[in-house]
Amino acid sequence: MLTYIFRRLLVALAVMMTVAVVSFMLLHLSGDLATAIAGPESSAADVEKIRIQYGLDRPITTQFFEWLWAALHLDFGRSFYFPNTVVELIGERLPITLKLGGISLLLAVLVAIPLGVAAALYRDSWVDRVALGIAVVGQAMPSFWFALTLILIFSVQLKWLPVAGNVSWQHFVLPAIALGYYAMPSLMRLTRAGMLDVLGSDYIRTARAKGLSRKRVVFKHALRNAIIPVVALAAVELGFMLGGSVVIESVYSMQGLGQLAWDSISRNDYPVVQAVVLIIAVFYIGLTFVADVLNAALDPRMRTR
Amino acid sequence: MSSPNITFGKPPLPLPAIPAWRRWTKRVLGHHGLTLGAIILLVIAIAALLAPWIAPHDPYEQDVTRRMIPPVWYAKGSWEFILGTDKLGRDYLSRLLYGARVSLIIGFMVTLISGVIGTTLGVLAGYFGGRVDAVVSYILTVRLAMPVVLVALAMASLVGGSLNVVILLLGLLLWDRFAIVTRSATQQLRDAEFIAAAKSLGASTPYIVIRELLPNLLSALLVVATLEMAHAILLESTLSFLGLGVQPPTPSWGLMVAEGKAYMFFQAWVILIPGIVLATLVLGINLLGDGLRDLTAPDGRN
Repeated sequence: MLTYIFRRLLVALAVMMTVAVVSFMLLHLSGDLATAIAGPESSAADVEKIRIQYGLDRPITTQFFEWLWAALHLDFGRSFYFPNTVVELIGERLPITLKLGGISLLLAVLVAIPLGVAAALYRDSWVDRVALGIAVVGQAMPSFWFALTLILIFSVQLKWLPVAGNVSWQHFVLPAIALGYYAMPSLMRLTRAGMLDVLGSDYIRTARAKGLSRKRVVFKHALRNAIIPVVALAAVELGFMLGGSVVIESVYSMQGLGQLAWDSISRNDYPVVQAVVLIIAVFYIGLTFVADVLNAALDPRMRTR
Repeated sequence: MSSPNITFGKPPLPLPAIPAWRRWTKRVLGHHGLTLGAIILLVIAIAALLAPWIAPHDPYEQDVTRRMIPPVWYAKGSWEFILGTDKLGRDYLSRLLYGARVSLIIGFMVTLISGVIGTTLGVLAGYFGGRVDAVVSYILTVRLAMPVVLVALAMASLVGGSLNVVILLLGLLLWDRFAIVTRSATQQLRDAEFIAAAKSLGASTPYIVIRELLPNLLSALLVVATLEMAHAILLESTLSFLGLGVQPPTPSWGLMVAEGKAYMFFQAWVILIPGIVLATLVLGINLLGDGLRDLTAPDGRN
């Protein structure tokens, strides 16, 4: 088990480095940063001045290694737009996004697991069909549109919740629903499939034959085993949600990491964009690492892969 | 099946002969989700194809004297503009019809590009295993760690958003599921007897991969392709909504929602209509994909 964790950790670190290289290259190769920063109306001399000022005239490998070396010391340079350092900006915004992601995931899990269990227990009944319907519809709606529709219903029509912002807890309700609905279907489907799998197994039959009540068998024996892969998937989904927060935060004007990334993209503030891409990737890699270790701890077959 | 009919004594009762295609149609039609999905996709595809002939107005024609006319079911609506007009006085129905073209083109092209990339990587990894597999799996892990929306947004902003850029970007980003599925399917088939037979007959590796392996991956590929197409359409609408996808005045459903956002508090239909159409298309494609998966999975045959 320890060798597995160690090997897996090495891979995770290597992936982080590669993501850093790739995201750096993508941004530097998809266009001329100096021209983009200077804006369309600037003269060639201005562009050259900016190129030298931002150090973009040096060889790209030099730029990369300097950036990486600094990034390893948690120094992502200064924002092109704000006077602050990138780390300060991210430190300010990250808590909002993490809070949003955490609440969304909690909501998704609180809906997905009971629904998935009910769908598996009453397979092919109306409960199952409704659960499937919710999942299918959830996967079909574009998240930005669902977010806007929630505003129309709960803020404009019913006037229960604020339209946008991130000041009070009420501001987090709609964004969390919008973001959570995006992660819920896959969690629900996995819970259902896992429960069906476990309920058909021998040890459940033994437990029933021993005379244990149905309730006890379902919650103590079956759910406990079916839920592990769901928890692992939930970790991965949280990583996806941090990436998806760009969309939701822009709809609800929340001052989180996603909004920062989005604003920085439109302002050509590349040090910030690079750092946010890397940080979200690092979160994702960390969460998948946790998920893999969790799966491996419970299923020894996974360790040989 | 023309085996000689040798009978002893009384001839056996004739079994009702059901031709193979009849069993197939029965299975396909018996699956309500699949049928519904296919119908939705077909209707939208036909509407997109016939857009120049069935659209009541020019989707680009602006007229500020007739802006923000509500759809026909509102008191102020008129039959001339069945779904109303947008902030520039353009007919909403015509823009929706042309927008279907954008969504479908993006769906198809992205699936094509990502399908070629993902299948190539997946088959390579699955067939050759060992070091090749390790390299491909590593590339896949790196790709999965990159936040798609963010990377696509950042690159689109540098290159400049347009239909072709969106197609290329998403095509280069969305191949992960193709690679995962073809890799594991190829791993299972690699040691199958018919592959061994082809090998012992002296067939070359490209021949085996193209003539023996790929035909057996088709059903799995079809399922992934539908789901990926839905994914691509959703992502295009997201990019366009955020202003970095398809650029105005091209009609795109995501862009229509973005353009209507400023008016949604007073006239909710401006964002509801394109959103519902978009969700319906994605729902149709997903139902089709789920149905195909049920049909092609061995335990789904009932």
